[in-house]
Amino acid sequence: MTTATASHDDHGHHGPAKGIMRWVLTTNHKDIGTLYLWFAFTMLLTGGVMALIVRTELFQPGMQLIEPEFYNQMTTMHGLIMVFGAIMPAFVGLANWMVPLMIGAPDMALPRMNNWSFWILPFAFGMLLFTLFTEAGAPNFGWTFYAPLSTTYAPSSVTYFIFGVHMMGISSIMGAINIIVTILNLRAPGMTLMKMPLFVWTWFITAYLLVAVMPVLAGVVTMMLMDIHFGTSFFDAAGGGDPVLFQHVFWFFGHPEVYIMILPAFGIVSQIIPTFARKPLFGYASMVYATSSIAFLSFIVWAHHMFTVGMPLQTELFFMYATMLIAIPTGVKVFNWVSTMFRGSMTFETPMLFALAFVVLFTIGGFSGLMLAIAPADFQYHDTYFVVAHFHYVLVPGALFGIIAGVYYWLPKWTGNYYNEKLGKFHFWMSFIGVNVTFFPMHFVGLAGMPRRIPDYALQFADFNAIATVGAFIFGFSQLIFLFILIKTIRGGEKATDQVWEGAEGLEWTIPSPAPYHTFAEAPHVK
Amino acid sequence: MKSDSSKPDNQSGIKPKNTALKLVLAAVAMFGFGFALVPLYDVFCEITGINGKTAGPVERVEQWVDTSRTITVQFITTNNAGMPWEFEALQEEVEMHPGAWTQVEFWALNPTTEDMVGQAVPSVSPSEVAQYVQKTECFCFDQQKLKAGEGRKMPLIFSLDPELPAHVRKVTMSYTLFDAGAFAE
Repeated sequence: MTTATASHDDHGHHGPAKGIMRWVLTTNHKDIGTLYLWFAFTMLLTGGVMALIVRTELFQPGMQLIEPEFYNQMTTMHGLIMVFGAIMPAFVGLANWMVPLMIGAPDMALPRMNNWSFWILPFAFGMLLFTLFTEAGAPNFGWTFYAPLSTTYAPSSVTYFIFGVHMMGISSIMGAINIIVTILNLRAPGMTLMKMPLFVWTWFITAYLLVAVMPVLAGVVTMMLMDIHFGTSFFDAAGGGDPVLFQHVFWFFGHPEVYIMILPAFGIVSQIIPTFARKPLFGYASMVYATSSIAFLSFIVWAHHMFTVGMPLQTELFFMYATMLIAIPTGVKVFNWVSTMFRGSMTFETPMLFALAFVVLFTIGGFSGLMLAIAPADFQYHDTYFVVAHFHYVLVPGALFGIIAGVYYWLPKWTGNYYNEKLGKFHFWMSFIGVNVTFFPMHFVGLAGMPRRIPDYALQFADFNAIATVGAFIFGFSQLIFLFILIKTIRGGEKATDQVWEGAEGLEWTIPSPAPYHTFAEAPHVK
Repeated sequence: MKSDSSKPDNQSGIKPKNTALKLVLAAVAMFGFGFALVPLYDVFCEITGINGKTAGPVERVEQWVDTSRTITVQFITTNNAGMPWEFEALQEEVEMHPGAWTQVEFWALNPTTEDMVGQAVPSVSPSEVAQYVQKTECFCFDQQKLKAGEGRKMPLIFSLDPELPAHVRKVTMSYTLFDAGAFAE
């Protein structure tokens, strides 16, 4: 934000440096947060273009636009970029911006590492994306990269993919460590753990999940690397390994990963709903405990992704019941959000609209998740579009709407300007309609048996697929409205007050708008 | 942060550097844990027998033969994708009493013009039976080297533990043959 005020210069501070080197060398949490958010937005558009290529091919049955090999590369890259390039960095960006402001810290605890953890990312994704232009083509084995597809039968570009994942992992781990150290050490006097805003709490727990499972992901890709290049056979049965082992290790990472992508969104929504309902959050402590329970349970449910690999009955039952148990803390959260709104004096600004859509649509995704958790039923749903519908409901109107809601909510604090409310609402309704038109029909074609990751399909799925493609284009192009609103707001607009929102409470609303380059040089006292 | 980070500069009294160091160690430990999952997975499968994996060679001991029941043991052979060998069980099934030692034969032929190395990987169904299968000799214990055009009869000598659960009447032993050229010993 180039509009940062100079009003703090008399305190002996300096403003941001000029030019490109400000961004390359910055150790300021606000600058790094901005970098993360723009990077995530770039990746969102990149992965979005890939999704639109996939949807265009699926507009009609038959092969018309692209080769099946390229289709596989598009689904794989879309998944990898959205998970590791868009959703996760966007959350880290929001944490960088908001965690220090919410706990009254002057900056992140490890600012140089902060710079490093961001600047690794463009190189990681540069490496991943450049494989598209190699002769072997990009990774084509799905974002879950199951062995032996990703080892014995992988394109030679898989090695770039592996190093790319290593780099993303290092970046995420460093980001997570930074957040934990900041929260544990830099809280303002009086800011006890149980007074922390829920966004800080959910990120605190998410960061522990990251430290616990990103190294396991690094381990599994290292095993792949060794199988491919060093003659080991972790996943090759011919040499005494076991391809099912890959799925166990991958999902030991993968299931906590899906909570890494949703817990911070829970936190954002828990900030926004009380503001616009003008009531304190209902059941603060139960929210903290529910989040912790979800995080704990995420470690003991991984095999529900693998019900069809041939596990014995007892194992299937264990993972089925453990998975269903997660519905309880999640239900507590939904209950608390609804209770917060109950008899509140609600207004429906854009962040609130996105947060409300989050509550409703994430719950739909949660329910289809419960259906998938039923082991005997999963044999029908496995690897169909029903699964695609499920995880897109929790990730797009779930995680992504959470991020967008957060951006609208804090944008006036970051830029000092209100966004255009009419345009924001237009963006919301286009996104809301687009996302449902895209993903709701996928439930139906999935239950009817349409397999995922296949570029062609049987004729009876044609109508629903055509509808989904239309929805995808509506959703995709409405994100350009978002881009327009962001640029417009950064450049100017109605001046924001310090509190920004009438019902907003918390330390971040006590500082001026736009937030000065340095804040809380002297720690505030929290009552 | 301008302050010396080795000194506590906050009300909690924790040193940020120590917290960061602990978390780095935790991350390194979890990287190790990822690899530890490999042997843990095998140990877990062996103890519970849930993966249908049978154990390595055992000493042949004459044991009590439960003549009161007869188990049908079926044999299935599969070639992994791209493995060109002929590979079959020379008998589709045998009837046997738990505790009795039985020998069966498998046949493999390398029809290609190159010397090749194959490795058979065993699996038993239902998987709970895996822990009751005792093999003294199996072609699956070793890599099989076949010259171009060479064929070979390969033995399997095994018994079923008399402790085999009473409800088991039929056992399927399956062997999948892999091209192990990359892992030739």
